[in-house]
Amino acid sequence: MATTELLIEPGRAERNYWTDIWRYRELFYFLAWRDILVRYKQTVMGVAWSVVRPLLTMIVFTIIFSRIAKLPSAAAVPYALLVMAGMLPWNFFSNSMSESSSSLTTNSSLISKIYFPRLIIPAASVITSFVDFAITLVLMSLMMIFYRFAPDWHLLALPFFIALAFASSFGVGLWLSALNVEYRDFRYIIPFVVQFGLYVSPVGFSSSVIPARWRLLYALNPVVGIIDGFRWSLLRGQSAIWPPSLLLCVGTTIAICASGLWYFRKTERTFADVI
Amino acid sequence: MSDAIISVEQLGKKYRIDHLAKRGSYKTLRETITYQTRDLLTGWFSRNGNGRAPKRGREEFWALRDVSFEVRQGEVLGIIGRNGAGKSTLLKILSRITEPTEGRVRIRGRVASLLEVGTGFHPELTGRENIFLNGAILGMGREEIRKKFDEIVDFAGTEKFLDTPVKRYSSGMYVRLAFAVAAHLEPEILIVDEVLAVGDAEFQKKCLGKMQDVSKGGRTVIFVSHQIAAVQRLCSQGILLRAGEIEVSGGINEVLDHYLSDSAADASGHRQVRLLDGECRVAGWSIDGGDAGPSHSCISRQLCTFRVEIESKRRIPGASLGFVIRNLAGDLLLSANSKDNLKRPFDIDLGKREVVVTVRLPLKMGHYQLELAIADEQFKIIDHWVAQPLLSVLSCTESSLPAEWHGLINEPIYFEVPR
Repeated sequence: MATTELLIEPGRAERNYWTDIWRYRELFYFLAWRDILVRYKQTVMGVAWSVVRPLLTMIVFTIIFSRIAKLPSAAAVPYALLVMAGMLPWNFFSNSMSESSSSLTTNSSLISKIYFPRLIIPAASVITSFVDFAITLVLMSLMMIFYRFAPDWHLLALPFFIALAFASSFGVGLWLSALNVEYRDFRYIIPFVVQFGLYVSPVGFSSSVIPARWRLLYALNPVVGIIDGFRWSLLRGQSAIWPPSLLLCVGTTIAICASGLWYFRKTERTFADVI
Repeated sequence: MSDAIISVEQLGKKYRIDHLAKRGSYKTLRETITYQTRDLLTGWFSRNGNGRAPKRGREEFWALRDVSFEVRQGEVLGIIGRNGAGKSTLLKILSRITEPTEGRVRIRGRVASLLEVGTGFHPELTGRENIFLNGAILGMGREEIRKKFDEIVDFAGTEKFLDTPVKRYSSGMYVRLAFAVAAHLEPEILIVDEVLAVGDAEFQKKCLGKMQDVSKGGRTVIFVSHQIAAVQRLCSQGILLRAGEIEVSGGINEVLDHYLSDSAADASGHRQVRLLDGECRVAGWSIDGGDAGPSHSCISRQLCTFRVEIESKRRIPGASLGFVIRNLAGDLLLSANSKDNLKRPFDIDLGKREVVVTVRLPLKMGHYQLELAIADEQFKIIDHWVAQPLLSVLSCTESSLPAEWHGLINEPIYFEVPR
């Protein structure tokens, strides 16, 4: 029986917060598991949907961007793969953004009745999106086999970019979920931002299309650096990465994560009262 | 340093109530921007020119104020009070769901709270899946849940429906399953809030039984309920909250008595029937105290004389007086009518009239509610008064049984051991 004493006081930064997160670590798994399980309940196709959905999206976007839009790309890479390599991180990012922004309000009954570190909730949304991402990654590898396009040593950098995507999704998720608790407008802003972002981010085209003087500004969007990175590592470095944009991406991600964590922790103690 | 496992010092929780709540109380960016700008502009152009924006009617509401108490290990503390007294707010602060505005709480040990039964249950998931989900949310690890799985299902009695989605359960099954999961938590401190309000009698018995087991296992329990019987059985200590402050704290019986007499006192003085524009009514009552003068208390098992005063502005022939005693929970204990006992009914004339009632009350010590009624010749009730103040019965018996074993009835019983 540990005699660790817990002190509850107004304005007291929770020193035990991180130990609590460790103690409640299984909740990350359970909340993500719950969200995934619930998706396919009472469906005929069941888990097959988690493969079919990204597959269909992939096919549609490939057709739209390669056949119809005819945006330029690096010659040696099949267009479909270029688009896929951009869509992969973009879907992860946008799904995380949408799900985590409403995650706290959706779980309002949990927040007002049970104690656990609230950070777990947006994190679980990101994990759920990550599972979809993993499935799509497998699809992508099948597609690469189909196009007989094998990746080379650049692939080693992929885990880094995956981690970057995860971190930026999480950071944005922290901000949006905390903001949405108090200002419900974000429920309407997010779908718009996601739609807009799809065309602004280099999903359907390569970021080399952007004129040189705008490139730095363009790189403020963290997704740009991530998509470039994905393309570079998956497609044998054919799609070039511009180092300043990558650095800016890393910097922006760190800034968003740190500030998101700060804002979330600051407003967390009023969640139960406001939600 | 006391051995208190929970120590609460001057706890306070303040909420702000906005009196300009518009459609829905969600704060939107638009509203914030609009009102800030408007306040700013009205401030500049305000009529009294002092540059201050007009008040928007923000009121502060203290849900809890200056609450201090201590809980020792192994104690079962009952928190009672009317609706809105601050009980749930106190529990939320102890469970770290919301932060206090002032004061502090020291807790030594792991806390598990049951503020609502079935929180975290997802209607689409099956019973089995929900057991894991709910257990994890309440703080149990996967291994722990797996070990206790069979026990939990056994306690809930829903084995047949374990693999159907919970949305198909009846409310009774739902509640049984939810409580079964929570009942198998093993925290050092358990906080339970009115979860017995749902469920049938058998379920409530089971829940109480389980909570008793928890407390006998040396764990500390904090229990909030409106069910007096449950609180009395389970708790040893109590706290009465009123409008966010502690009114009484101490042994549970003392606190309960105070709570019940408060609510009875608030409800009494009330006339249930008042015909004839109150021209004929029971004006008051008292008990003969001999040298000590009239009072409102008598001694258990001793003959006492009640004097009931009737005031009337008109003549009621053939009247009768009804005399009823209830306990604070509302149970009818004693009732009588003057017609049964008097050789002939009495007439009520103009002015004051007294009726003397002699009775020996074999009741246990405590407060009771007296009800007096006047009926006319045709037995129609003219006045029915829930009398004020409450009747106080004082104890006289020397019983070797402790107070919680004293029954409602206090008659002498004789034992004999034949050779």
